[in-house]
Amino acid sequence: MNNLSLFSAGISVLEIVYILASILFILGLKMLSHPLTARRGNFLAAIGMVMAIIATILFHRKDGEPIRNLGFILVAMVIGTIIGWFIAKRVKMTAMPQLVSFFNGMGGAAAALISMMEFPHVSPELIARTGMANGHVLAILLGLVIGSVSWAGSMIAFGKLDGWIGDLRVKAMRYVNITILVFIIGFVVYIMTRDVQASSELTPLVIILFVTAVVYGVLFVMPIGGADMPVVISLLNSFTGMAAAMGGFLYSNQAMLTGGILVGSAGTILTVLMCRAMNRSLLNIIVGVFGGGGQAAASTTGTVKEITVSDAAVLLSYSKKVVIVPGYGLAVAQAQHICHELDKLLDEKGVEVKYAIHPVAGRMPGHMNVLLAEADVPYEQLIESDEINPDLPNTDVVVVIGANDVVNPAAEDDPSSPIYGMPIVKVRDAKNIIVMKRGMGKGYAAIENMLFFNDKTRMLFGDAKTTLQNLVNEVKAL
Amino acid sequence: MEGFLKFFMENRAIIYMVILSIFLGIEVISHVPAILHTPLMSGANAIHGVVIIGAIIVMGHAETTGAMILGFLAVVLGTLNVVGGFVVTDRMLEMFKKKK
Repeated sequence: MNNLSLFSAGISVLEIVYILASILFILGLKMLSHPLTARRGNFLAAIGMVMAIIATILFHRKDGEPIRNLGFILVAMVIGTIIGWFIAKRVKMTAMPQLVSFFNGMGGAAAALISMMEFPHVSPELIARTGMANGHVLAILLGLVIGSVSWAGSMIAFGKLDGWIGDLRVKAMRYVNITILVFIIGFVVYIMTRDVQASSELTPLVIILFVTAVVYGVLFVMPIGGADMPVVISLLNSFTGMAAAMGGFLYSNQAMLTGGILVGSAGTILTVLMCRAMNRSLLNIIVGVFGGGGQAAASTTGTVKEITVSDAAVLLSYSKKVVIVPGYGLAVAQAQHICHELDKLLDEKGVEVKYAIHPVAGRMPGHMNVLLAEADVPYEQLIESDEINPDLPNTDVVVVIGANDVVNPAAEDDPSSPIYGMPIVKVRDAKNIIVMKRGMGKGYAAIENMLFFNDKTRMLFGDAKTTLQNLVNEVKAL
Repeated sequence: MEGFLKFFMENRAIIYMVILSIFLGIEVISHVPAILHTPLMSGANAIHGVVIIGAIIVMGHAETTGAMILGFLAVVLGTLNVVGGFVVTDRMLEMFKKKK
């Protein structure tokens, strides 16, 4: 067998594996959207990925040249695997959103690096034929810009969710951002219209482009409020998908193309679905007008009424129907297990306990479900807020644990409120309301919550975990 | 205009594929219940780790030390994205499964 036939057989195998990998990605994504098949879907997609990686290492040829530097590649993959595995296994479930953001940023950075390295190597024949204005260069530059924005933005989102980066809200910022964006587009056009022999002559310009894109990524996420962070992560997720797809164009690599575009479009739709769940417009989020706090919130006159733990225990034990509204406060206090203990105790006493899950309870849509599932709360007890709202007037006690914005009636009453129009759990329809909170601090949207001043509301201040533990002890003692 | 038409003719197979993939991506996940938004995002996040393939190709043909360093970094980051993404998603979904 001569070299040539060996070469083309290898390429055929590679392409077949890429098709299989693409099918597995599609199936995986499909199965991920159903609760029962989700885990297998994830596994299938992972198999597709492993296949595509192995086949690339074995069979990829560039101008007949196989993959070299194999030792380094393997070492790099082992390092990445160990770190990735370790972080993914160790991190707390509450920190899940920032973790997704972190891994997303890594993908974006990889895409940007690939573009950086490919840019000086655009084939001179192509440049002689078309100049710099060709699809190849465009794919490289777009991959660079999108990947860098995604990387920088994800790191900022990661820092914000982890609490070590605050919001930066300056009114002028949106004009600055738009200016930078226009500059980036203009600069891409500028690079593509240069008259050069070799693309490497333009490398300094590409480095400027990279730096600008990173700056844009930072400034793009900085003003966005924490409550909108899931939407931003989802958006950046689809960005990285697009950046990966650009790499696919570059190498005419089908696996990268399908995987990238699939995530790009699915991620965009997911972003839109999330926005819809929160009744927010994507444009508003990007322009960053959320939770300005500038508008005078409804004046808070009225007094807050507290309740003791023992009174709360009595109230709960003699109720027929109790609805628990968990929020991020519950997650932060790691109180989901003790919360489940409370609901089991009440259940033994013949109280019907349900959980009202707001679509964006926690820090991401579905985040609260994950956290409660971790504590073994049965799936059937978790009811989405739209479904439970009509039932709330017949509910004896609603217990709000560490949730704030998702139960804020301002979303229904106050057109000037930044969260006006967001669907909420209509807690105030219930007969009694107990709100567990650390203090009178505001929620993520930084607005006052009139619910706390409602006549039916009783506040139970303190750390959610300690308070729930005391409550469990009291209920047991009854 | 002629350049554009030429570009279109040369790449029309890919353009078809891109368009179909976009619709596919939208269709595949548009009926996902809200509870699965987080795992789905995380799973999709792992899938775009496919960028690792590009990193391997770049590293596999790197010649200068500078390119080797960048390529090495790209492979590490890409692997982080893939492994971290899939493992985290699995960890989330494991919790959904336990009680059934």
